[in-house]
Amino acid sequence: MEKKLALELKGVSKYFGKLAANKNVDLDVYRGEILAILGENGCGKTTLMNMIAGIYYPDEGTIYVDGNEAVIRSPKDAFAHGIGMIHQHFKLVDVFSAAQNIILGINDGKRYNISEVNAKVKTIADKYGFVIDPAKKIHEMSVSEKQTVEILKVLYRGADILILDEPSAVLTPQETEKLFAVLRKMRDDGKSILIITHKLHEVMSISDRVAVFRKGEHIATVNTAETSPAQLTEMMVGKKVELNIDRPDPENVEGRLFVKNLSLTDTEGIKLLDDISFVANSGEILGIAGIAGSGQRELLESIAGLSGHIEGEIIYHNPKTGEVESLRDKNPVQIRELGVRLSFVPEDRLGMGLVGNMDLVDNMMLRSYSKGRSLFVDRKKPKSLAERIVKDLQVATPGTGTPVRRLSGGNVQKVLVGREIAASPTVLMAAYPVRGLDINSSYTIYNLLTEQKKKGVAVIFVGEDLDVLVELCDRIMVICAGKITGVVDGRSTTKEEIGLLMTKTDTSYSDSEGGKGE
Amino acid sequence: MRNNKTSVHEPLFHVVKRDTIPLWKSMLIRVIAVAASLLVCSLLSMVLIKANPIEFLETLVDATFGSERRLWKFSKDAAVLLCIALAITPAFKMKFWNIGAEGQVLIGALASVACAFYLGKSMPNWALLIVMFVAAVISGAIWGGIPAIFKAKWGTNETLFTLMMNYAASGIVAFFLVKWTPSGSSVLGELKVGHLPEIVHPYLLIILAVIAITLFVFIYQSFTKHGYELSVVGESENTARYIGINVKKVIIRTMLLSGAICGIAGFLIVAGLDHSITETTVGGRGFTAIMVSWLAKFNPLVMILTAAFVTFLNQGASQISTFFNIDSSFPSMVVGIVLFFIIGCEFFINYKVKFRSTSKKEVK
Amino acid sequence: MNIFVDYLLTAIPLGMTFLYGCVGEILTEKAGHLNLGIPGIMCVGGASGCLALKYLSTLGLPAFVLVILSIIAAFVGGIAMGLIYCFLTVTLKSNQNVTGLAMTTFGVGVTKFVMSGLAENGGMGYLYARDYFRYPFAQSTTSLKLCGVMVYLAVVIALAAAFVLSRTRVGLHLRAVGENPATADAVGINVTKYKYVATCIGSGIAALGGLFYIMDYSGSYEAYKSIEALGWLSVALVIFTIWRPLVSIFGSAIFGALYLAGSHLPTLLGVRFDMSVTPLLQLLPYIVTIIVLIVTSIRNKRENQPPASLGLPYFREER
Repeated sequence: MEKKLALELKGVSKYFGKLAANKNVDLDVYRGEILAILGENGCGKTTLMNMIAGIYYPDEGTIYVDGNEAVIRSPKDAFAHGIGMIHQHFKLVDVFSAAQNIILGINDGKRYNISEVNAKVKTIADKYGFVIDPAKKIHEMSVSEKQTVEILKVLYRGADILILDEPSAVLTPQETEKLFAVLRKMRDDGKSILIITHKLHEVMSISDRVAVFRKGEHIATVNTAETSPAQLTEMMVGKKVELNIDRPDPENVEGRLFVKNLSLTDTEGIKLLDDISFVANSGEILGIAGIAGSGQRELLESIAGLSGHIEGEIIYHNPKTGEVESLRDKNPVQIRELGVRLSFVPEDRLGMGLVGNMDLVDNMMLRSYSKGRSLFVDRKKPKSLAERIVKDLQVATPGTGTPVRRLSGGNVQKVLVGREIAASPTVLMAAYPVRGLDINSSYTIYNLLTEQKKKGVAVIFVGEDLDVLVELCDRIMVICAGKITGVVDGRSTTKEEIGLLMTKTDTSYSDSEGGKGE
Repeated sequence: MRNNKTSVHEPLFHVVKRDTIPLWKSMLIRVIAVAASLLVCSLLSMVLIKANPIEFLETLVDATFGSERRLWKFSKDAAVLLCIALAITPAFKMKFWNIGAEGQVLIGALASVACAFYLGKSMPNWALLIVMFVAAVISGAIWGGIPAIFKAKWGTNETLFTLMMNYAASGIVAFFLVKWTPSGSSVLGELKVGHLPEIVHPYLLIILAVIAITLFVFIYQSFTKHGYELSVVGESENTARYIGINVKKVIIRTMLLSGAICGIAGFLIVAGLDHSITETTVGGRGFTAIMVSWLAKFNPLVMILTAAFVTFLNQGASQISTFFNIDSSFPSMVVGIVLFFIIGCEFFINYKVKFRSTSKKEVK
Repeated sequence: MNIFVDYLLTAIPLGMTFLYGCVGEILTEKAGHLNLGIPGIMCVGGASGCLALKYLSTLGLPAFVLVILSIIAAFVGGIAMGLIYCFLTVTLKSNQNVTGLAMTTFGVGVTKFVMSGLAENGGMGYLYARDYFRYPFAQSTTSLKLCGVMVYLAVVIALAAAFVLSRTRVGLHLRAVGENPATADAVGINVTKYKYVATCIGSGIAALGGLFYIMDYSGSYEAYKSIEALGWLSVALVIFTIWRPLVSIFGSAIFGALYLAGSHLPTLLGVRFDMSVTPLLQLLPYIVTIIVLIVTSIRNKRENQPPASLGLPYFREER
């Protein structure tokens, strides 16, 4: 079948400072096809899409729509060319209703009449089988509802080139399947759909063609039917990488941290954590799996003493003294004073774990500055620690006096994990420690965690990539909507089993509560 | 940039954030901004008061460096301004927008005057000075502490709170002035007691005191645990929580310190300079100090320069207004214009305007 | 006349000074900009209105034309200040608090310069126009004379602002810009344009408050000296009225009443206070503002929050 070219990119490049996010990219997109944009985190796929959608302006190169040169300076220009993007981080106004968000930015000359808009939104939603209340406020919505609003926003504008940035990252498999059905319907309608993802099975199931990116460059575009996950992986990562993560058997396993009937309720009365009980053992890695926002962050923050009042108990068995300490209702300082060596690598690295505007030395000091009675801070030890971490973990930085926000994602994480490990913890909690990292940095982090495990540390690892969880962890605890839905053995389980547990919603939970906490 | 295939209608330029900028370059940008602003001011004065620009600049410089007396006055004014700027700096570094320095200084001054008024006759001068100092510090700290407590507990907007506290302070001063002047004139004459001793020059002691405070604030911010904590709180409350800093405590503690130093400024003004008080004793210096502190990026040592610069402008511009016989509001206009330029030039330090290197402009 | 009615008739018009400033600031804040330059802008508004009146009065125009022209001049003066503020904070992404404070310093200085210049040139004569500002009650011997055209204009502007914000596309877009500029940008709303237009129109409206206070309410050239304090109260009033122009109509009347409580309470209550109490009574509006600040912060309701991105500069390519 002769296909019409919808979108064409020629020699597009984009630089952030000295770093090239995209280098000389050529790309073709046809009408009536689903093109998967595949690549590792940080390979420039989102940047490229942002240029098509008018968020960024390319430093070099040209974009053609329907064969005509198009200058896309702003999202408005993009819409004018029929291009609409559904971002990973939803771009919605929280205090507005769904319908208000959907018509935002449209100027059709008609009088602003919200009930008319509500009706029209409903019509479009019904056409594709979306369930939505147009008058509902965004801040009252679940994640999948918000995504629906985003898609409707683009459809309402009559876009025929749709870009979706990792749409399934926040969805359950069931929701993802529904979404894919809608996308196929749109493709058959003649629309062009670009879907950014790094999940191979999704690429295989939804796309017609795959464009693979690596380090800002477009490697190749292949027909999905003629390729295989193995081939795609090879194109994606370049040389074949050792996918096996080293997993020694746990030694000297003993209970270190006992969480009993832990519950946490937010100010609006919604249960973020519901009756969580588990044990973290020394010498093993306990994985925590779940859809984003199922209570992972709240669980770790509760243990670390950051959540305020919680119900239930958190008990720590001190390996040195054999004493038993309750961590409940204690803040991080009190926990430290009890002699509990608890290290925590939070999800939000520069917003919580580190201070972006401070240099490496001052960031090292975060953990240790309060030691001693002196009124003054001691920068000598943190400086040597910073130097040691830079050397041992090969942190790429001009020096220890550089603000950490100037480092790349992987190096920032090395600094953070390095600091947390330097405190020689007995419990190490890490939330999404490899998010946004390239493969090499990711493996550095896996190795660090495994080393800690060998030293007898109780490691708690919250991850999102099931492949990694299955290969790295000794046990995997699955949570869904703040509840434990199962604990499985890392060596015998399968991704499918975990995937099922991740979505095993209790009937008492309505959909809208499932996404709270995100 | 290589291999540039440019299109026809692309934007002429776009803005990118800078990674780093060498010090000389950022200083150069600031110097250019100041020069440009002075040019604008002298052009303005040419239009408004028919002053020749050369004459304008001459008068400006002469106002500060023209005589030893002017230099002393300049140093004294700069010192007082610096003292207030230093006071608010820890709060600003913590991202606590304390625009209530005006009131905190005033209440400190009021406490000093009150001590002198009521206790002046019953104790020797040195003891009175100590009592005045302590009273000023405590009252300033209380005045700064009140908004901090509410900010810490409920996140009450501190900008407007501290601002309202300024008016509250001036109302209280007005109240006491009525009380203290039986005639109802509300004009308090010069106090005969509670004067700071004179060392070499009447202003020298004040200048030395402010230098000591500068060093104190510098050391406090850079080398103490308190200083470290307040910068962490200012950068990210989440991080502060994560490492177990008691954010509320730090907010209150820092504002108590900030208010206390404001109180000292009030004490210095009363005991060293004015020996009296009116509702306008502080005269807007609480606001000017914010600029001084911000321009110095909250670095106490750099603040010596910025305080001197702002004082230089003020003194110069008021000299011009006397010289050319125009209204005394002229200095605030000049300072305002120069500030606009300096505030604006920060953009060119933080961002880079990138023009398309080989763009061919086409007129439609 | 009943002293209570007299009190209200004095307080409500005074409140309109706040209303102009408050509605102007609401528009600005809805665009995500905290403009602490409002007091300075109100001063400049008063000054440019008076300046226009002074120089146009020689042209022999009909009086009502003069009044309209001076209102326009005040509005334009406010817009000019708004443009400076926008250029610095929107285009050059400067710190809004610092820029606002500098605007106020500058504006108060300019105003004093202009007003004293007017006074020196025998400018008191322009006050004849006061009667036209006070239309239709100018001849009244009671406080009713204060309820002139600009009082109604303030209410009309507040109603219009309320309508635009909640019932029109433009208002929806403006609120989106202040809540989440990245989102607004992503759907093709010109964030820069909205910020400029809202801030400048807001500044223009606030500027009218200064003119109103000088020419209508107090009718005295010296009045410019108290505008700064009134301006700060207008900014505080925005929080009091939870960013709603409709609420601000009542809020400003209450603030007007509080502001005058010091001078009117003794008569109203029929008691004599000690002279020293008056300054304390004059603190009432500030203390009430503080209490309101505290109460609104304790009752932390989602609907009553400031625009989410208030005070933050927007840079599209921020990574």
